[in-house]
Amino acid sequence: MIRLEKRPTPSRAWSLGTPVLAVLLTMIAGGAMFAALGQDPFETIRIIFWDPLFHERFAAFSRPQLLVKAGPLILIAIGLSFGFRAGIWNIGAEGQYIVGALSGAAFGLAFYPSESVLLFPGMILAGILGGLLWAMIPAVLKVFANTNEILVSLLLVYVAEAMLASAATGWLRNPDGQGFPGSRNLARHPGTDNPELFAGTGIHWGVLAAFIAVIAAYVLFQKHMFGYQIKLAGQAPRAARFSGVNPGRMVLLCLGISGALAGAAGLFEVSGPAGQITIDFNAGYGFTAIIVAFLGRLHPIGILFAGLLMALTYIGGELAQLMLQVPAPAIQAFQGMLLFFLLALDVLSNYRIRIGRAAAA
Amino acid sequence: MTAPLLDLRGLTKAYPGVIANDDVSFAIQPGEVHALLGENGAGKSTLVKMIYGLVKPDSGTMALNGTSYTPAEPRAARAQGVAMVFQHFSLFEALTVAENIALGMENPPKPRDLSARISDVSHAYGLPLDPESLVGDLSAGERQRVEIIRCLLQDPKLLIMDEPTSVLTPQEVEILFHTLRKLSAEGTAILYISHKLEEIRALCDAATILRLGKVVGACDPKETSAARMAELMVGKSLAQPARDAADAGEVLLEARGLNLPAASAFGTSLRDIRFEVRAGEILGIGGVAGNGQDELLAVLSGERPTPVGAVWFNGEDLARRTPEARRGLGILSAPEERLGHAAAPDMSLTENAVLTGSARKGLTKNGFIGWGRARAFADEIIERFDVRTPGNHVAARALSGGNLQKFVVGREILQDPVVLVINQPTWGVDASAAADIRQALLDLAQKGAAVIVISQDLDELLEISDRFCALNEGRLSDPRPARGLSMEEIGLMLGGAHGMHEADGTALHEATT
Repeated sequence: MIRLEKRPTPSRAWSLGTPVLAVLLTMIAGGAMFAALGQDPFETIRIIFWDPLFHERFAAFSRPQLLVKAGPLILIAIGLSFGFRAGIWNIGAEGQYIVGALSGAAFGLAFYPSESVLLFPGMILAGILGGLLWAMIPAVLKVFANTNEILVSLLLVYVAEAMLASAATGWLRNPDGQGFPGSRNLARHPGTDNPELFAGTGIHWGVLAAFIAVIAAYVLFQKHMFGYQIKLAGQAPRAARFSGVNPGRMVLLCLGISGALAGAAGLFEVSGPAGQITIDFNAGYGFTAIIVAFLGRLHPIGILFAGLLMALTYIGGELAQLMLQVPAPAIQAFQGMLLFFLLALDVLSNYRIRIGRAAAA
Repeated sequence: MTAPLLDLRGLTKAYPGVIANDDVSFAIQPGEVHALLGENGAGKSTLVKMIYGLVKPDSGTMALNGTSYTPAEPRAARAQGVAMVFQHFSLFEALTVAENIALGMENPPKPRDLSARISDVSHAYGLPLDPESLVGDLSAGERQRVEIIRCLLQDPKLLIMDEPTSVLTPQEVEILFHTLRKLSAEGTAILYISHKLEEIRALCDAATILRLGKVVGACDPKETSAARMAELMVGKSLAQPARDAADAGEVLLEARGLNLPAASAFGTSLRDIRFEVRAGEILGIGGVAGNGQDELLAVLSGERPTPVGAVWFNGEDLARRTPEARRGLGILSAPEERLGHAAAPDMSLTENAVLTGSARKGLTKNGFIGWGRARAFADEIIERFDVRTPGNHVAARALSGGNLQKFVVGREILQDPVVLVINQPTWGVDASAAADIRQALLDLAQKGAAVIVISQDLDELLEISDRFCALNEGRLSDPRPARGLSMEEIGLMLGGAHGMHEADGTALHEATT
């Protein structure tokens, strides 16, 4: 019989080891799935994990894509990790990302055709503010009306998507666009663009912001009282109140931070890689970032690696679709396996497996 | 001599780094009330868990009625007639007594039959209990009766009781002892774990004493003095807490008609609480848990919002002061619930030292935590209060209850409080450490702090308090000098202090004459 026995102190080795083990198990189970779909599992896994970085033909294009894709994932996931550590579940980062992009783009286009150097910083602020305010809706409702932040933040994603559609086809539509939906292109206009800063790397302002967020979150969590209080509120809410943590303030701060970073990610995306507001501008970064946050064990450095890994499976997945005609749902299932194994193995850091026969009852 | 009911031979159980039980052997006779004595960490819990099938021994044998007994799980133990009443109840407050009992049974009978059986058993053993009442409305003593009746319905041959009287009033203890004696007379053996030596002397027929996992002695409690048993337990003679008489100073903390509605359906409202504590004084607040103790501590610590004008410190209204601000002023507190309230279970002792120590110990600078200083503070607590742990990196949940209690109490005392509010300071702590904690509280008062001790242990309160009052259904009786109070007077204060504010003196007088 296999039993689980609670560890007196959580195992550090296992909490570091489970992500690696989860990736390995995902490769095995995913390989089995690809084999069942009639693909060569080894080739598929290689295309997903290896070719985007090292294939002689594709790597030149896909290597910079890694940071372009990982940047927003990491930035959003870092913000989410504040709330998740405190037991505050912002599931609506996708909505905050959209609203951040909309407000940032709207700010930039309001001054069109200005090319002022102050324009882009203003857009960043507008993006941050947009995401922040959108996240304040579930936060304020939770604090003052005791609503569930999971539901409210999630449902607001669909409101944000409707706003995005109306912006792309209506109030932000390019006046010179011959009636096609979509805004003016921000990336091709000096003053509103978020360019690639180092050629061939994919690094734009958003990627830099993500790295800064990783470092800032690391310092806050490790060294600062605020990080300590977040952890305390998540692990032992009563002890947190006894210690002096105000639960309402914690909700406002955590949702505010995650909303602000998601909004910033949206702005960097719309002014850079995406270039313009379109109906399908949002690509699910806000939802995938939830996986990234957990894959990284809510730890900033972990999130950095998880974001890169997740971006890799996206790029590799696209490559596999292109080269082997692997169906897109199979790639999504593959990514889902990653979260599944991670959560399933999570139990090992707090429990140990005991194998032994129990005497007859 | 008859064959023993339960015969333990050479039981050994080791955990990484510690041998919890080392070659433990003793026997329990049918119908015997057998006391198991020992300090925290002496291995009582592990031993009992092995008997109840929660833990498997590494080596050694157990025999029940002469046949080999190896329970794989509590269900197997119960099937063979071994039942246990835990220190912490596992009851659902929103369900009735009968529903709670049915949940714990393998094959519960129909609700109507079960209610009838509960009534039968509760009458037969003098445990008054209504099967249809909601557990949330019951006192701690009544909840314990639910657990006991749940066990008795299984018709046990051996009943294990872990610290059963820690939550009971003196009157409820009498009822419990009456029941246990009756059970014993009918042939049910009882394994009784307690720290209260006088109780053991009054109740038990035999005692086995554990120290550091080993059996260090056995005695007949009726023939052995409490002091002798304590010495056996600790391995040295106990220091009696002592202090020099000191004049009380100025009023430091004052409650002026504190009212607070209950936070939940099963909480207690505080009603018109009035007291004052002076520098150098210990105010003892007695009463059975669940009568507003948690609420009182929460409102004094600042965890719950304080009504305007209700609580004053040095002439300042505390209503707008957060817990952190109060700590800055020197008002410290230690809640009863150690895991999850006074300490975060999954955090290390160092992190738990930061929980309340950041302001007064200078553990933070501009909001940044100085982990070096935090570790030093944690080590100081561990050192000064003899917290048994491999180090400051260990999670709080890994400590035994008594050791964590020492840590929590030490954390507050070492911060030099001006006012200390402490709920159940020695709950679950062994006799020697309890004496140390009481001495530390006395020393604190000696140095000029005002101390409020909330406790269910009346002996403890009488030993260290200058004045005593009782909390009952959210009302506080008028504090009276502790010296010279008799148990009868206290019993009356506990049983119904409310509604007697004006007639206090006369009512007590009539009761005692």
